[in-house]
Amino acid sequence: MTDIPLVALVGNPNAGKSALFNALTGARQKVGNYPGVTVERHSGRTHLADGRPIELVDLPGTYSLDPSSPDEEVTRDVVLGTQVGERRPDAIVVVADATNLDNHLRFVLQLKGLGLPTVLALNMIDMAVRDGLTIDTAALSAELGLPVVETVAVRRRGLDGLREMVGEALRTRAVPAIGAGVDTDIRHFQREARRISRAATTEASRARQVTRTLDRVALHPVFGPVILLAILFVMFQAVFSWSEAPIGWIEGAQGWLADTAVVALPDNFLRSLLVEGVINGVGSVVVFLPQIVILFLFILMLEASGYMVRAAMLMDRLMAGVGLSGRAFIPLLSSFACAIPGIMATRSISDPRERLTTILVAPLMTCSARLPVYAVIIGAFIPARDLAPGVGLQGVVLLALYLAGIVSAMLASVLIRRTVTRGVGGGFLMEMPRYQWPSVRDTLIGLWQRAYVFLRRAGTIIMGVTVALWLLASYPVAPEGVKQSEYSVAGRIASGLEVVLRPIGFNHEMSLAVIPAMAAREVAVSALQTVYSIDAADEDQGAQELGGRLAGRWSLATALAFLAWFVFAPQCLSTIAVVRRETNGWKWPAFMIAYLFGLAYVAAGATYWIAVWAGLG
Amino acid sequence: MTAAAHIPVPVILGSLRRRARGTVAGVDWDQLTEAEVRRLREFGLDEGVEIELLHGASIGGGPLACRIGRMTITFRTHVARAIHVLT
Repeated sequence: MTDIPLVALVGNPNAGKSALFNALTGARQKVGNYPGVTVERHSGRTHLADGRPIELVDLPGTYSLDPSSPDEEVTRDVVLGTQVGERRPDAIVVVADATNLDNHLRFVLQLKGLGLPTVLALNMIDMAVRDGLTIDTAALSAELGLPVVETVAVRRRGLDGLREMVGEALRTRAVPAIGAGVDTDIRHFQREARRISRAATTEASRARQVTRTLDRVALHPVFGPVILLAILFVMFQAVFSWSEAPIGWIEGAQGWLADTAVVALPDNFLRSLLVEGVINGVGSVVVFLPQIVILFLFILMLEASGYMVRAAMLMDRLMAGVGLSGRAFIPLLSSFACAIPGIMATRSISDPRERLTTILVAPLMTCSARLPVYAVIIGAFIPARDLAPGVGLQGVVLLALYLAGIVSAMLASVLIRRTVTRGVGGGFLMEMPRYQWPSVRDTLIGLWQRAYVFLRRAGTIIMGVTVALWLLASYPVAPEGVKQSEYSVAGRIASGLEVVLRPIGFNHEMSLAVIPAMAAREVAVSALQTVYSIDAADEDQGAQELGGRLAGRWSLATALAFLAWFVFAPQCLSTIAVVRRETNGWKWPAFMIAYLFGLAYVAAGATYWIAVWAGLG
Repeated sequence: MTAAAHIPVPVILGSLRRRARGTVAGVDWDQLTEAEVRRLREFGLDEGVEIELLHGASIGGGPLACRIGRMTITFRTHVARAIHVLT
């Protein structure tokens, strides 16, 4: 295993490093974590031109070896050989944007000083040509004293040459300058980079016309915010409308599986466990895969197209008003998909106070795990009619729930920045990459990784918790005339919790569902499904749709209180674990759990009583 | 007197009109935080570099977009006030 040479991909952000990594490794990637930090480690196997295998690791993008955030620290520590859990690379491939050599060569020069065998991948060479730049690769290679390969990662061009050069570099096995200090005075590197760039580049015309023209609209003081809002609106409508058909297919498959099992197996403990615990429990969560994939599709495309930084810029003024910066917008938007990558993305925020605040409010962003809960309740209680052509009432209610999350995150941020994380902020400084079409291949790889994580969760945590709940809710068996969901072990635990939750409109089954949903919010759906399946076992074993069951049993006020609860409640063990790891202790996760449960209780209670007062109870 | 009038006087980047180009004459590094100084240096901001003011983000003093060399970056207005430009 360790005999295989380790090659690290290093480079500035926006150099196309991850695209090159995807092009070289394809779907054969492993996503893990560096120990002690939540920085993701992307690695994969590939081969050299002569067929020798190598392990390739894609390091976080950074501008220099003087880190200003945790992910940049990982890059420095790996190339210096001081990162725990990672051996020192045998060679590095520095990826540089051919259209911005002035800047990218500076980091190349700094990395060259480390003495590791190094190859320069001159990426996006097609863009340089389009910009009217001619780069003399031989002259560049001679000036730098490094092998240089022209690549276009998104078109998979130059990969063979790169494999060849890396093979050559590994053969030289130069002895790295271990322990040598890193030269962090980047000004002389910068001047040298400019000199080399000028010597190797001929410029025929001024560049970036497309990006500049698009930016005139996208960053326009009036049109800019309107476009951003429109994109977010389309994104949230799409989550509902595009997913209808695939959700139907999954439900169909789930129903068929349950019916087949009921017909094929004798009526015993195992059949009940399989049908009610596994098929209906897991199925009720897996059914939301299409919506999660659609949400991630938008986020991945916004990031890959270069628009996300524009969105951050447009949002900076607003975010500054609540004590954060536009930089926090990206982690917070990612938190709409899942708070875990969102919280991990805060590592790019250099100011510790802003970073902590962003971590603490990220769980208020409506993550995709809330979608199953929202979708079931909205589907059961909100009529599917159009307010205007293409604007459905259900979509509007969903948007309102998202807005509730956003507004409370903003308010919480103001309060947190004025109390526990009081102090001057870190400002807002970002590079704006050029616009580009997201690569289909890179987007598909990203979507597959997200879908895989979700399905793995469904198959492990969610299935485990659902089955455990099914057992606790099924035993001991209730005598005639007593409801199983009250008589069982789980029912008795829920009865205790119900004392606290009844004042905010929760019934017994809801109290029961929120306990296992502590593991993950979407478990609430499978838990309700399980509880009602068990209670209704005699009448309709199989897969009756959960929404229909709820509509007959809950009042609208109760349903709305349940929605309000899930806007705030920090019901996700993985998020709590990530916050603990990210903040190095239990203090901040404990603070987060306390304030979010407090908010959830107050919000659900207020919603319930206002709805009852309005005659909806 | 007339000769002095022709000597170019640096102006603050923030005072330039949109799409005006110039050369960085100097930066008041003391006006900026350590993190800002480091990032701006990493973005290649230095005396003698070509700079162009591109966009303002929003009404009410949102961040600006600016080209430094071949790189487009965005920062808040107080940074633009620390950069002196010869046009």
